[in-house]
This record gives sequence, structure tokens and C-alpha cells, in this order.
Amino acid sequence: MKQIFPIFKREFLGYFRAPVAYVFLIAFLVISVALAFSRYGGFFKAGVASVETYFVFLPWIFVILAPAAGMRLWAEEKRSGTVELLFTLPVTTVEAVFAKFLAGWTFLTVAVLLSFPMTLTIGYLGSPDWGVVATTYLGAVLMAGAYLGVCSLMSALTKNQVVAFVLGFIVCLALLFLGFSSFTDSLEKIFPLPVADALANFSFITHFDAFTKGIVDPKDVVFFLSLMGFTLFLNVIALER
Amino acid sequence: MIEVKGLVKTYGTKRAVDGVSFAVSRGEILGFLGPNGAGKSTTMKMITGFIRPTAGTATVDGIDVTADPVAVKTKLGYLPESAPAYPEMTVAEFLGFIAEVRGFRTYDAKRSQVDRAIALTHLAPVRNQTIETLSKGFKQRVGFAQALLHDPPALILDEPTDGLDPNQKIEVRSLIKSMAATKTIILSTHILEEVEAICTRVIIISRGKVVIDETPTALRARQPGARLDEIFRSLTASDV
Repeated sequence: MKQIFPIFKREFLGYFRAPVAYVFLIAFLVISVALAFSRYGGFFKAGVASVETYFVFLPWIFVILAPAAGMRLWAEEKRSGTVELLFTLPVTTVEAVFAKFLAGWTFLTVAVLLSFPMTLTIGYLGSPDWGVVATTYLGAVLMAGAYLGVCSLMSALTKNQVVAFVLGFIVCLALLFLGFSSFTDSLEKIFPLPVADALANFSFITHFDAFTKGIVDPKDVVFFLSLMGFTLFLNVIALER
Repeated sequence: MIEVKGLVKTYGTKRAVDGVSFAVSRGEILGFLGPNGAGKSTTMKMITGFIRPTAGTATVDGIDVTADPVAVKTKLGYLPESAPAYPEMTVAEFLGFIAEVRGFRTYDAKRSQVDRAIALTHLAPVRNQTIETLSKGFKQRVGFAQALLHDPPALILDEPTDGLDPNQKIEVRSLIKSMAATKTIILSTHILEEVEAICTRVIIISRGKVVIDETPTALRARQPGARLDEIFRSLTASDV
């Protein structure tokens, strides 16, 4: 496990060696703040000192940004042939997968934390419940990890970053839509009720919502963590086959 | 030092490598020859543990690569074909990364390994240049530096002089020769003269099988007066 650190470091700094990271972070902050202030967000109209109007859009924004952050993790290594270099160094596949995932997750966490001016503004304008703010951030970071796990797996399946992005986008979108009643209603028509219910349980929105209300339900934490674990496990298999 | 026993690799119905066996000891430079697609690179990738053999095994210093690939990887320096490297990193950053993964974690240990590798491969002028801006020759040397960094007992070089100009080729050859006494070296090449110039033994592989395993002198003696490429052609004629 001691091999994780150098790979993590290279991968994390790698985001900042190209302009990608800056474009990514600026796009994320502009879009997320703009949505909160838009009439769909109703930041001012709500008249409540809460970060909820900001974070309610996060599951949507991540559907695009998580694939953007995850697409290069493996596809780029495969395309440029550096995967051969990496796996002839004394590193196991599990270590490499974990290190790269952690690097991407840390990067997404940085993006989430950079929303701090928004939180500080709310703190200045009113007196939010800081406990709820903390659980919201926790939920956002966990959700980002689950999204990234999916995207890292998609990246390991192809050597083309665009394909990795599109696959990641589609799967993330599906995981998001599972939370909408109109979508789950049509699922119930296709599948028997228990199956449709089980599928609806995979919704990111339902699991994330509880965090924004200040509830840390072990069920939700376990959901995000086990989804990460499962996708990383498949990721290792995809690389070793 | 390196022992290969009955290595087989099949892709679908195609046998890329079909029962290759040989042994190389310390101080030898083994030249791996063969037409494109004969299985040279695949064999090398199996020795390095990058791909898993369908059957057979390779041992490095007595360690079986199928049983403990990580231990084998610590013993080997490997230059993959066309020397891949992370293009957005500088030469020093890249070699620093390799040093860290190879276990040189303290600043001084890392620095001394990187400096040594840079001096050996004459990379000092481009030390702080990003790899994507380097010429083919320099990129190849970065690949070389990466393989030499931890001073491994065995080196596996896949077409080390490919794409270099004649001066660079001579330089790389003399570098390989200078390390030969203390190391085991396997290199693959298309250039027959190269085999004569530096190798102590030559293996010709055709359609996944070893057809020749002897000294360059013995190979030359097979058809006195003939050019090396004529001998090569007659031995691998079935493989077109």
C-alpha cells in the first residue's frame, strides 16, 4: 500500500499540469453559483439562510463534471502506452486503481470545497445551521466519490477519452434519473415491483437529499461507499483481464 | 539470471508466442531478432509481468513472474517499445516519479538516483523541459533513464535504437555495452548489424517459435560469405 502515495501525487498534480483543472474548477464554480442565483435556484426568494439552494443542483452538475474529471484516468494511460510503464513498475493493480481514484476524488473534493465563498456569504447574511452545512458538504464529497468510481471504471474500459466521457455521462445520468417518480413509474411498468423498487434505491438524489437536510443516515453513507468499492473492484478486473 | 520456460500466449485462436524457452546469464547481451509480429514484444512483456502467459513461466533471479510479479518488477529495468512517458511532465519530474515508485522516497536518495540516470543518458540539457517538447532521440533516452534509474540487475529493452539517428544509435549501443559486464541484458531489434556489434548471443524467433539460439559468429558461419539479412531471410522465410 506504500506505493499509493507517489501515484496519487503524480495523478493529482497531473490535473494542474494541464489547463484542464482550471477550466474545470472555473466552470464548476460559475455554473453552480449561477444556478443557485437563477430563478430555478431561488437563492434570494427562499429567504432562508441555508446552503440547500446551492447544493440542490450538485447531483446534476456532477453528471457532467465527474465524467470530465474521470475520463482520462485510464483511457489516457492506455492510449499513450504509459499503462505498460506503470504496470512494469513494482505496483499492483489494486494500488494503482486506488491511487488514481483517490487523486480524482481529492480533486473533486477541492472543487466542492472551493464553494466556500458561497457558504461564507450565507453565514454573513444570516445564521445558517452549521451542522446542516457540514452534513451537506459530507454528502457532496461522498456523492462525488460514487460518481467518480463509475467514471473511473468507464475510463478503464476504453482507450478513447471521449468514449469514456460519454459512457460515464450516460451511466451517471441513469443513476440520477432513478430518483424521479416519472422515471421509476415507467420502470414499474417494465419490471416487477420489487425489482423496480430496488433499482430506484440506486438514485443519487434520494441518497444525497438526506444529507442536505442534516441527516447522516448510515444507509446513505454505506450506499455511496459500497458503490465506490464495487466500481473500483470492477475497475481492477477490467484492467487485469 | 533470466530463465524462460515454454512461454505460450494465445490471442483468440492465434498463437502469438508458441513455447519459447531460453536462459540468459549475467554478463550476456541477448539480441532478440525476428520479423514484425513474430512474438518478440509479447515474449518481453511476459517476462516483465505486464501480460500474463497462457502457459509456461519466466523466472528472474529465481523468482517466478507468474507467482510474484511485483518482486520481479523490482529486479528489472524495462524500456517499452517507443518509450512511453507522461508527456506533460518534465524530465526531472518524470524520473522523480519513477524514483519514488522504485522506493527512493527521501529527497536525497531520489535526487542522487535521478542525477545518476540523467548523467548516464546525457539528459542534463533538457532536465527541466516537458517530455512532449522533446525530440524522438531525447524521448528514447528518457525511456532509457527510467529503465536504468534503480540500477537493476537485468534490463529488457524493446527496440532501444528505434527511430534514432546514426550518432545516437552508436551512443546508445556503447551505453548498453558499458553496462553489460554487471548486468543481464535482453534487447530486441530489427537491425542485424546491431546484433553483430553488441550482442554476445542471438535468438531468432519466427511465428512464435525460437528458430536460432547461438552466437553471432555461429550465425554468420551458417552461410559463409552471405550477408546477415540474407541469412535472416532464409531462416524466417515462412513468416511473411
